[in-house]
Amino acid sequence: MASETMKEGKERYKSGVIPYKKMGYWEPDYKIKDTDVLAMFRMTPQPGMDPEEVAAAVAGESSTATWTVVWTDRLTACEMYRAKCYRCDLVPNTGEGTKTEAQYFIYIAYELDLFEGGSIANLTASIIGNVFGMKAVRALRLEDMRIPVAYLKTFQGPATGVIVERERLDKFGRPLLGATTKPKLGLSGRNYGRVVYEALKGGLDFMKDDENINSQPFMHWRDRFMYCMEAVNKASAATGEVKGHYLNVTAGTMEEMYKRAEFAKSLGSVIIMIDLVIGYTAIQSMALWARQNDMILHLHRAGNSTYSRQKNHGMSFRVICKWMRMAGVDHIHAGTVVGKLEGDPLMIRGYYDTLLDTHTPLNLEKGLFFEQDWASLNKCMPVASGGIHAGQMHQLLTYLGDDVVLQFGGGTIGHPQGIQAGAVANRTALEVMVQARNEGRDIWNEGPQILQDAAKWCGPLKAGLDTWKDVSFNYESTDTPDFVPSATTSV
Amino acid sequence: MMTNPGNQITQGQFSFLPPLTDVQITAQIKYALKSGWSLAVEYTDDPHPRNTYWEMFGNPMFDLKDPAGILMEINNCRKTFPNHYIRVMAFSSAYGIESPTMSYIVNRPKNEPGFGLVRQETDSRSIRYTVHSYATEKPEGERY
Repeated sequence: MASETMKEGKERYKSGVIPYKKMGYWEPDYKIKDTDVLAMFRMTPQPGMDPEEVAAAVAGESSTATWTVVWTDRLTACEMYRAKCYRCDLVPNTGEGTKTEAQYFIYIAYELDLFEGGSIANLTASIIGNVFGMKAVRALRLEDMRIPVAYLKTFQGPATGVIVERERLDKFGRPLLGATTKPKLGLSGRNYGRVVYEALKGGLDFMKDDENINSQPFMHWRDRFMYCMEAVNKASAATGEVKGHYLNVTAGTMEEMYKRAEFAKSLGSVIIMIDLVIGYTAIQSMALWARQNDMILHLHRAGNSTYSRQKNHGMSFRVICKWMRMAGVDHIHAGTVVGKLEGDPLMIRGYYDTLLDTHTPLNLEKGLFFEQDWASLNKCMPVASGGIHAGQMHQLLTYLGDDVVLQFGGGTIGHPQGIQAGAVANRTALEVMVQARNEGRDIWNEGPQILQDAAKWCGPLKAGLDTWKDVSFNYESTDTPDFVPSATTSV
Repeated sequence: MMTNPGNQITQGQFSFLPPLTDVQITAQIKYALKSGWSLAVEYTDDPHPRNTYWEMFGNPMFDLKDPAGILMEINNCRKTFPNHYIRVMAFSSAYGIESPTMSYIVNRPKNEPGFGLVRQETDSRSIRYTVHSYATEKPEGERY
């Protein structure tokens, strides 16, 4: 696999078309620099295409190349600016003799000067800007990235971070508990706040707007904000705890979002919320605002599954996690393993590590293809939401650990004895499981018994367990890691 | 009287469980020590949710690794302040954390009057909220 790059000079720049491999975008012996941005794609070439040539084309089109030779390259330090594909491996269990067409893991190194500091928009315009539509690739998926420390230092990172969030909320040593107000559409502000009050008074830490609750005819945003803050403060007085409601400030323009965020602040909210669909730049702007205004910033990953779920095309959610930690959100929905939404346990652990670690080692089982030093960026709290209930507490705590917000929407509001009872069931199940784990008990196996024992003195927990005892969502994941355990490391 | 489920302040990790026994408290101390954390005992008669700084019953016990010794400190605090809120906290000095990692209440006053919500009507329909601790109507040290 020697480099086939043509020598710089007259021949190299003759008008016409030469293969990307020869233009300098394929450098298998390239020595990676600490300051390089690295990206790894899963690439499916068109049938009959040389995979290395297509890999080089991906490197070329995501950096300096166009389809033909241009002499103006010679006015620049073009060798430096060219992205270099340095590795192209057949994905295990694809290609000849398998049911799946050949796919390749391709590794590309990008010079740091290709990117503007502090701009996710600029980073992504290169990395995912054009290449996904190239004819030479049948499908392409961005699997992982290594962001160099030098580049991370140009980003603010999470406005608050897990550590400071816990200090502000005075909540330590256990996962936080939340729920999304249901039904998500149709409630008036007054009725909506009722749900918030009941759940918070019952024992949850947070309530949450859903992703598509903005300012609709049935409930305009100012009404929602005011009733929710009445509920939050009343519940805080009733329990002696700091409580919060993620007020969704997502709107059609930045101006409107700032206006809503300011109003949330004026009402004393500790947290606001935005949706991923507002875009990277808007997210970064809101993160700056949140840092300036002592606000926790919750991000709902609305829309991500349109491009993150299919294994052969789009991008992995772990890359979204990296970008969002850089962009500066404090919370992001990152999967439940056991709930109603997509998720393989090890892949989800990979997302959680990406959000929470100060340093993430390479781990192919978790889908982490690169080692990542987080350069002291704050930690971002993962949120587990969607189809989870108290009966799964031992599984949730085992899979997800302490640094997570567990969101039991239906599992709180749908409780047969009412919303407060639902909250009591969830909080009791959580505390009893944390206690048991700390005592050294094997909660994975003893979990159901631990819950049943607690249900003897906690009526609401008993009712909850009886209602949801058989609910589980055992579908096979579409997004699983492909790796050979003995594979050599990538760098 | 507080009207929330349990009729008590629910700060900390274990406020929804029956009061912890000394054996249970010791198990949690062992977990903290095994994790490399230091334990501390704090007490207050102002349990406002934003009263961050409870009084320290001595510094965090950085060098005490004996669960029985730590439990003795907790019980000393209970004897000295039988009608205060007392919490056990664990602190991690590990890079990336450097913050409390545990907090649970091990002693409460017999009666917990709780808090009132004071609403100050301001512009338009906006309201400024203050959580007011009934206990703090009396001076410090005379509250419960």
